[in-house]
Amino acid sequence: MTAGTTLKRGFLATTALALTAGGALAEDYSKYGIKEDVPGICSYASIDAKDYSGRTLNVITHAIPVIGEPTALHAQQFQELTGATVNVVHVPFGDLFQRVMIPFQTRQAAYDVLFYASLWIGDFNPYLAEVPAEYQQVSGMESVTATYRGIASWGDRMLQYTMDGDRHYLKYRADVFNSPEAQALFKEKTGRDLTVPATWEEYNEVAAAFTNTDWDGDGAPNFGTAEVTKRDDLMFSAFISRVAPYAKHPDVKGGFFFDLETMTPLVNSPGWVRGLELFVEAQASMPPGGTSFGLGDEIFSFGGGQTLMSYSWDDAFIQAMQEDSPIRNKVAAAMLPGAREVWNRETGQWDTFDEPNRVAYVTWGWTSAVAKDSQNQDMAFDFLCFFANEGNTESDLQIGRFGINPYRDSHFDPAFYEAELGWDKAVAETYTTTLKGIDTAPNQVFDLRVPGVGEFMSSLAAGVARAQSGEQTAQAALDGVAAEWTAIVERIGADRVREAYANVVALEDR
Amino acid sequence: MYRQKYIFLLPGLLVLIAVILFPLLFTIRVSFSSWDVYNPGLNNAGGAMYARMWEDARYWEALWRLSLLSVSTVLIQYVLGFALALLVWREIAARRFFRVLFLVPMMTTPVVMSVIWRTIFHESLGPLNPILNAIGIGAQPWLSQPGFAFAAVMIVEIWQWTPFMFLLLLAGLLSLPSEPYLAAKVDGAGPIRTFLSVTFPMMGAISVGAILIRAIEASKIMETVYVLTSGGPGTSTETVSYYIYIRGMRDFQIGYSAALSLTYLIIMAVALTLIAKALMRLMVRGANA
Repeated sequence: MTAGTTLKRGFLATTALALTAGGALAEDYSKYGIKEDVPGICSYASIDAKDYSGRTLNVITHAIPVIGEPTALHAQQFQELTGATVNVVHVPFGDLFQRVMIPFQTRQAAYDVLFYASLWIGDFNPYLAEVPAEYQQVSGMESVTATYRGIASWGDRMLQYTMDGDRHYLKYRADVFNSPEAQALFKEKTGRDLTVPATWEEYNEVAAAFTNTDWDGDGAPNFGTAEVTKRDDLMFSAFISRVAPYAKHPDVKGGFFFDLETMTPLVNSPGWVRGLELFVEAQASMPPGGTSFGLGDEIFSFGGGQTLMSYSWDDAFIQAMQEDSPIRNKVAAAMLPGAREVWNRETGQWDTFDEPNRVAYVTWGWTSAVAKDSQNQDMAFDFLCFFANEGNTESDLQIGRFGINPYRDSHFDPAFYEAELGWDKAVAETYTTTLKGIDTAPNQVFDLRVPGVGEFMSSLAAGVARAQSGEQTAQAALDGVAAEWTAIVERIGADRVREAYANVVALEDR
Repeated sequence: MYRQKYIFLLPGLLVLIAVILFPLLFTIRVSFSSWDVYNPGLNNAGGAMYARMWEDARYWEALWRLSLLSVSTVLIQYVLGFALALLVWREIAARRFFRVLFLVPMMTTPVVMSVIWRTIFHESLGPLNPILNAIGIGAQPWLSQPGFAFAAVMIVEIWQWTPFMFLLLLAGLLSLPSEPYLAAKVDGAGPIRTFLSVTFPMMGAISVGAILIRAIEASKIMETVYVLTSGGPGTSTETVSYYIYIRGMRDFQIGYSAALSLTYLIIMAVALTLIAKALMRLMVRGANA
């Protein structure tokens, strides 16, 4: 072998090594469907550098597709990158709470990572590991809005790892509201101009005017409103949306569900009763079967073009904006309607407002956490931080069925929806403006995040259902709920509920 | 003498205790605790859960509703099942085909069929209301009015479980001796007379068995209600099993739901014993002897 050949071989070997190293430095992760791997400890590159071979992570999550599908997807990716074995258990929603709670109570470390409804923090908090400081300081977590950081926290400790943001807002058919024919029809029926409802009374009026009318000209009748009305199918959230502006006075602090001082339930106060009466009244403007609509029905009713208005989570809006939707770019979003008369529980009177009292209902949101008893907390937090890294989230937001909705400042940029999802500028702006408005609203309501929230909400839904079906009047139904809530508080202990409820009130009264 | 026989019985007895008695005894113990989401574990709550149950109007309403649902659906299933069994008992064309066809509903999964029926009953998107409109009856509020929702649950139950009645009753018919029929023919009895005096009395024992088995199953109805109506509108289709599910699984009141379950078990055991005795007297010849 000549010196020249040796040199040549040495050069080639060095070049090959350099190329390999360079390749490793700038690994292409776009095959995982992300646009950009934002650097940091949660990035693909950082997770790829970890070796969890021989270790197993057990994850419990919701059924596919909502949350369950992205969990499975990112678990597979995490497995490929780190060598870990990730077991994902998918559970239908009705069973999820007890499937998480029973191992907690019996001190079995059945699952390391949990995906569940964020309002269950009141029950789960004793069993959750605090999110370590280094994960709270990553760019993806620091850009989570204050509202959703609050939802992830219990007191001053962050126990839930934010990976979704939810809220209720109004969706309506912008094409119909802008149509001269529709405006004329409404004027003829009501004597006033057609406007996007600013109060729930207006909402009911608009819904009634356009119900059982073929306003889209497809030969089939259309209806005024689609709402979640089926008991035990998240109907309680719809009801709270309707009640909030009548019962959550902007100048009265100290509780929406209870009076924090006395822990007296407020659910049968005049504001709540007014909200229920309007909820019952709206049934006349719902499509056939609309009085037993679950969330899925509501999504398909509005998203499929059957109804003029709707309100709940993002799903119906996203459904309406899918590429194959007949009403794509014909919809708009707005804050939930408000109330011009608001019950003041301090004075015991109705206060009148020129500008409607609008209340942003920040309800639910899926969340994730790591079990305190987990032996794999390092890997578990790595998995969650990887799941919710900027690249993955941006990709997940584009797939409606995943159920992941905006929760970072960057998610409220209309340009993202125009560029990535092809939305019209006006739709993207109305959507992001609404979401941003909810996030920064001065008057907000959060879920009842206390121990036994399932029982409280189950009782509330049963009472509302009795009024809806005509079994009882609104007042009698809510009196029954209040009596049940008093009994539940007594069983759990007023101090215990108060301590938990104080966290909710702190979020609302910030 | 022959004491060793007890040793041979012991393994079976132990399995019986483990499989049947332990869960039952554990449930009894749990029912005297207030185990729930905020008080985990087996504390001693005395009879508090039972006292609470006594005042729980929703539970008793659900029990009454369940009784109505069970009795009415099982009776209709019996009549239809008997009629279908009589139909294919005789020599008719494609008898084997019909025997299999009648069994199809029973072989499907209740949850899946409830989802299908929910789609059929869907007042906006389902096919039933357009059909009713086409034949002039008009659309009906199947799942949004209490009476219709109750009827919808009944329809699904009857559709799903009539084949079970059919199967048992057909087996009974096929096992009947031919001599009484020959005697009836000789005496000049017509088909109705033969049915009332020969077939029906001879089918008494199997009828009682079929009705009781179905009554036990019907008293546990859960999937249909869960999927079809979630107990609504209001509480109009809420049955005991569904209510216990809500209290136990949704609200996580383990102690209270155990008390509800045990009480329900006792009520059903007593009720079904009385029903069995009454049916035996009514339908089985010589049962009083």
